[in-house]
Amino acid sequence: MKLIIAIIPPHKLDSVKAALEDVDVNLMTVTNVLGQGRQKGLTEIYRGAKEAGGLLNKIRLDIAVNEDFVEPTIKAITKGAHTGDVGDGKIFVVDLAECIRISSGERGCGAIG
Amino acid sequence: MNSGNTAWVLMSTALVLLMTIPGLAFFYGGLVRRKNVLSILMQCFIILCVISIQWVLYGYSLAFGPDFHGIIGNLNWAGLRGVGPLPNPDYAATIPHSVFMIFQMMFAVITPALIIGAYAERVKFPAFLLFTILWATFVYDPLAHWVWGTGGWLKSLGALDFAGGIVVHVSSGISALVLALLLGKRIGYNHKPIRPHNLPFTVLGGALLWFGWFGFNAGSALAADGIAANAFITTNTATAAAGLTWALIEWWHNGTPTILGAVTGAVAGLVAITPACGFVNPMNAMFIGMIVAGVCYVAVSIIKGKLGYDDSLDAFGVHGVGGTVGTIATGIFAQKAINAAGNDGLLFGNIHQFLVQGLMLIVAVAFAAIMTFIIFKIVDALVGMRVEEKNEIVGLDLTQQSEAAYTVIE
Repeated sequence: MKLIIAIIPPHKLDSVKAALEDVDVNLMTVTNVLGQGRQKGLTEIYRGAKEAGGLLNKIRLDIAVNEDFVEPTIKAITKGAHTGDVGDGKIFVVDLAECIRISSGERGCGAIG
Repeated sequence: MNSGNTAWVLMSTALVLLMTIPGLAFFYGGLVRRKNVLSILMQCFIILCVISIQWVLYGYSLAFGPDFHGIIGNLNWAGLRGVGPLPNPDYAATIPHSVFMIFQMMFAVITPALIIGAYAERVKFPAFLLFTILWATFVYDPLAHWVWGTGGWLKSLGALDFAGGIVVHVSSGISALVLALLLGKRIGYNHKPIRPHNLPFTVLGGALLWFGWFGFNAGSALAADGIAANAFITTNTATAAAGLTWALIEWWHNGTPTILGAVTGAVAGLVAITPACGFVNPMNAMFIGMIVAGVCYVAVSIIKGKLGYDDSLDAFGVHGVGGTVGTIATGIFAQKAINAAGNDGLLFGNIHQFLVQGLMLIVAVAFAAIMTFIIFKIVDALVGMRVEEKNEIVGLDLTQQSEAAYTVIE
């Protein structure tokens, strides 16, 4: 089991979600987050007081998958969010020690999907 | 008695109330951090409550009551004794005396509320309350008497302040600067800009200020007549010119115009035209708006940063500086052709008026500064002015009022 964490631009959420649904990945947690990558933030000015490089709005996806779904999920997120420019985002894959479905108490691979 | 005039001044009274809440409350409320927005709304709201009571009990009598040696009204009108439906020809011959009183009440309310901008995000609620009552009693009421009260010594010299450039804006703006210096900076002020938490609130509040200001300025004619119409037009013209000019200066200086800049410029324009609106023509009003935008921009965006004082929401930079520009501009651009009850200014060959305006300005600045210093020291000794460091970090909403504006989790 893996936990796939993806940081993407907010306006790419719809296309990433559609691409994930195409490969039958329908369960995810979505959060609004702030972040900065290689593209840097934009300057904000309030009555002449400047703040250069403020953090940008990003979307974070948390998706737990079984081994078979790891590559399809990565490909789907990439397909949905890729433009080739800096700022497209990042995908992190980490080992997942356990997964428990609260409603049934089911554990492990069967609880993920 | 004139029912048209009475109706207009009653309407104007409600318009000026709208300037304090929700106008100023949201203008300031949007500029602070989310942890302090309720403290601003509370301060504006409570000032309306407290000064309304103060004005009825004794404030009106001190400011406008029968004169005592040109310096203060006596207490004959305390509790509004004798302030009823019959006009008082000294102030307004065609409307009930009570209508004049309630119109003036709203000016007494908004003036201490303007000072909030200087001490925002770092004073204790009891200190705020005590300061406000003392300031209204020992700064606003005497100054209003000097400039507007029958027998007041500055009024007797011929000083012109149509709607409160001195009494409202210079007095509150200078007091704001003194407070900002005495209180010190907010924690973290030096490290990076403190970003406004809700600029749409600020724009909404600024727009309501503009709307309500028609009551403030045109209502100060105390009649629905040509002078009120002139004040209405000069107010709108100066404000429009100032909002546009500020945005253009930003565009040139920083590369982009901002809505915060446009609305700040508009408020500076409203402030500057306030003393002048009933005495100047629309073209000169446009010029006043352009000038005040430039001067206040320099004060707020350049000088404040260099000097390093923390006037949180620029109460001094906009009201103190803008009121000063307007008071001097009145001495330059006033003309009898616009208002026979006024006088000609420097531009129309009357240097005397220019000098009287300057004298009034110096007196108001010195008086407000010294009194604010004394009141601060008294309040600080009695209850402590500034919140504890940990309370400032947590925010005033939770530590002074035990409530939060926004929930993150239901």
